[in-house]
Amino acid sequence: MIQLSGIAASNGIAIAKAYRLEEPDLTVSKKEIQNIRAEIERFEQSVESAKAELEVIKNSTEERLGADKAAIFEAHLLVLNDPELLNPVKEKIENEAVNAEFAMRETADQFIAMFEAMENEYMRERAADIRDVTKRVIAHLLGVQIPNPSLINEEVIIVAEDLTPSDTAQLNKNFVKAFTTDIGGRTSHSAIMARSMEIPAVVGTKEATAKIESGALVIVDGIEGQVIINPSEDCIAEYEKKREKYEEQKAEWAKLKDEPTLSKDGHRVELAANIGTPNDVQGVLDNGGEGIGLYRTEFLYMGRDQMPTEEEQFEAYKTVLERMEGKPVVVRTLDIGGDKELPYLNLPKELNPFLGFRAIRLCLEKQDIFRTQLKALLRASKYGNLKIMFPMIATIDEFHQAKAILLEEKEKLVQAGIEVADDIEVGIMVEIPSTAVMADQFAKVVDFFSIGTNDLIQYTMAADRMNERVSYLYQPYNPAILRLISIVIDAAHKEGKWVGMCGEMAGDPIAIPLLLGLGLDEFSMSATSILPARSQIKKLSKQEAESFKEKVLSMQTTEEVVSFVKKTFQI
Amino acid sequence: MAEKTFNITADTGIHARPATILVQTASKFEADINLEYNGKTVNLKSIMGVMSLGIPKGATIKVTASGADENDALQAIEETIKKEGLGE
Repeated sequence: MIQLSGIAASNGIAIAKAYRLEEPDLTVSKKEIQNIRAEIERFEQSVESAKAELEVIKNSTEERLGADKAAIFEAHLLVLNDPELLNPVKEKIENEAVNAEFAMRETADQFIAMFEAMENEYMRERAADIRDVTKRVIAHLLGVQIPNPSLINEEVIIVAEDLTPSDTAQLNKNFVKAFTTDIGGRTSHSAIMARSMEIPAVVGTKEATAKIESGALVIVDGIEGQVIINPSEDCIAEYEKKREKYEEQKAEWAKLKDEPTLSKDGHRVELAANIGTPNDVQGVLDNGGEGIGLYRTEFLYMGRDQMPTEEEQFEAYKTVLERMEGKPVVVRTLDIGGDKELPYLNLPKELNPFLGFRAIRLCLEKQDIFRTQLKALLRASKYGNLKIMFPMIATIDEFHQAKAILLEEKEKLVQAGIEVADDIEVGIMVEIPSTAVMADQFAKVVDFFSIGTNDLIQYTMAADRMNERVSYLYQPYNPAILRLISIVIDAAHKEGKWVGMCGEMAGDPIAIPLLLGLGLDEFSMSATSILPARSQIKKLSKQEAESFKEKVLSMQTTEEVVSFVKKTFQI
Repeated sequence: MAEKTFNITADTGIHARPATILVQTASKFEADINLEYNGKTVNLKSIMGVMSLGIPKGATIKVTASGADENDALQAIEETIKKEGLGE
C-alpha cells in the first residue's frame, strides 16, 4: 500500500483498477528480412488493423462528440490509404530487404520533415497527423498496444502524466471513474474537465505514473487529494464508508436543488454555472443552477480546421438559451489567443502569449470573426435571457469599440427585419488590474461586471499560472486580490450595476464568506459546486460576513486571511 | 487523357476538409489522376500530396485524368469542387 498526495481537483471518491494513458515504447530497429513477400503482407495487415481501429475511434467520437470532432480521424484514415505513403514503404522493404517497421519509420519521417518545414502553421500541424498514424501502424507491427481511451469498456481510473483536451474528449464517463495525474493544478484542463464530468480527480501528484502500474487497484480521494495504491482490505472498507458518506451528503445537497440561494439573514445571491458547450446545460439544470454566468464560446472554435459558421453558432447559442428557459445566460465573446490557439488563424507565435494578441484585442482587429459571432448571438437573443460579455477589456475605449460593433450588427439585423431582443445587457470581464482600478468609470458605461479571477490573479501577481515554479504566487485570498474585488463591487453598486465572478474562486468554500461579505451578486462556478455553495451560504449571515470586510482588507498575508476565515466560519 | 482547369475561390483554399473530400472522390476511380499547381504535380489520390501543395484562395489548378474512366472521374471532381464551394 502506497499513498500519494496531490491537489484535490474534483470532489468524490472512486475505487477501481488503474488504466495508464501513456505511449508504449515504439523504438524501431533496422533488421534484414529474408522473406520479402511475407514482410510486405505483414505491413499491409498492420495498416488494415490500424484502419479498423481508427474506424472504431472515429465512430465512437462521432456518436459522443459529433462529426466535427471525428473529422480528424477521417483525415487519419485517408493518410492510411495514401499511395504516396504506402508504396514507398513497400518499395523500401523490397529494394532494401528491411523490416516493415523500419521502412515505415524512415518513409514517414521524410513526410513529417517535409510538412514541418512548411511556412504555414496549419501545414506544420499536419506533421502531427502523420506522426500519429505512423505510431498506430508501428504499434501493430511491434504487437504493442496504443491506449485508446475511447475503447475502454470496464470501470477504470485514468493515470497519466497530464491529460490533453483530445484525451479527455475520448473518455467515456460510464467507465472512467476518476483521474490522477503527475502535473497540473486546480485550474488545469484535466481538473476542469473532471469537474464537468463530475468524477473525482487528484492532480499534481508528481509521481502517479511512476508508482501506479496498469491494472493495480487504486483509490482516488478527490476530497482530500489522496491517492492510495494497492490498498489493504481495511483501507478499502474505510474508503467505501467515506464514499457512502459523501454520497449521502450529495443527496442532502440535492434537496436544495430548486431552492433560492438565501443567506441565513435573508440576503439573496445568484449561483450560476460556467459552461463550455450546449451539452453542459444538463449538468447546470441537474445541479440547480440559477443561470449561466460564463458560456466559454471558444470551444465552438477549437479542435477543428475552420471557423464555425454563423449558423452553427446560432444553433449552439439558441440551444443554450432555450434550455435555460429564461434564466440569465452570460455569453463571453471569443476569448482565443494566448494559450488557446486556433491553428487555422495562422497567428504568429508570441513570446508572451498571455500578454499578447488575444480575446477582444484579436476580435477588434479581425472584425469579420467578431461580427459573425455577434450576429449569431443577436439572432439567438429572442430565445432567452441573453447577456453579452467582452473578455480582456483593458481600456474604456476597447469597450466602446466592441459595443459600437455590436450595435451596428444589431441595427443591420433590425433593418433586415430580423427579430432581436431589446434588453440585452452588455458587460465586461474584469480580469486586467487596470480595469479593476478604473471600475468606477467602467461602471458608468457597462451593464455588469464579471470578475475573472483566474486571470486577474495571474496578472495582479505577475505570475504565470501554468508555471509550477511560481505557483506559490497564485493566491486568491491575497489581500491585494480581495481589495481589487472590493473596488469593483463597490464601484458597480454605486452605479446600480451588478457584479458576478466566474473564476474558480467563486465556488471555493473559503472564498465564499469573503465574497458574500464584499457584496458579490452572482457566483458562477463549476456546476457541481453549486449545491455545496448553496448549502454553505444558507448557513452564513451576510451582515456578519460584511462586518469583517475592513478587517480582512487590511490584513497583510494570504495565510492571515485563510486562518481568519477558517476560524471564524468553521471551515 | 482528360484535363480541366479550376480557379479556387474558397477562403481557406484547399485545406484539410476539402482536401479530404477531393481525395475521397478521386480514390473511387481507376484512372490515374493528377493535380497540378504552381509547377508541381501530385497524385490526387494522395492526401499528403494534395495538402503539401498548400493551395490558397485565388489559385489556378489543373486536374488531369488518364485511364478507362477518366471522363467520369473528371466530371465527379468538377462536381465536388462546385458542390463544396471550392472553386469554379
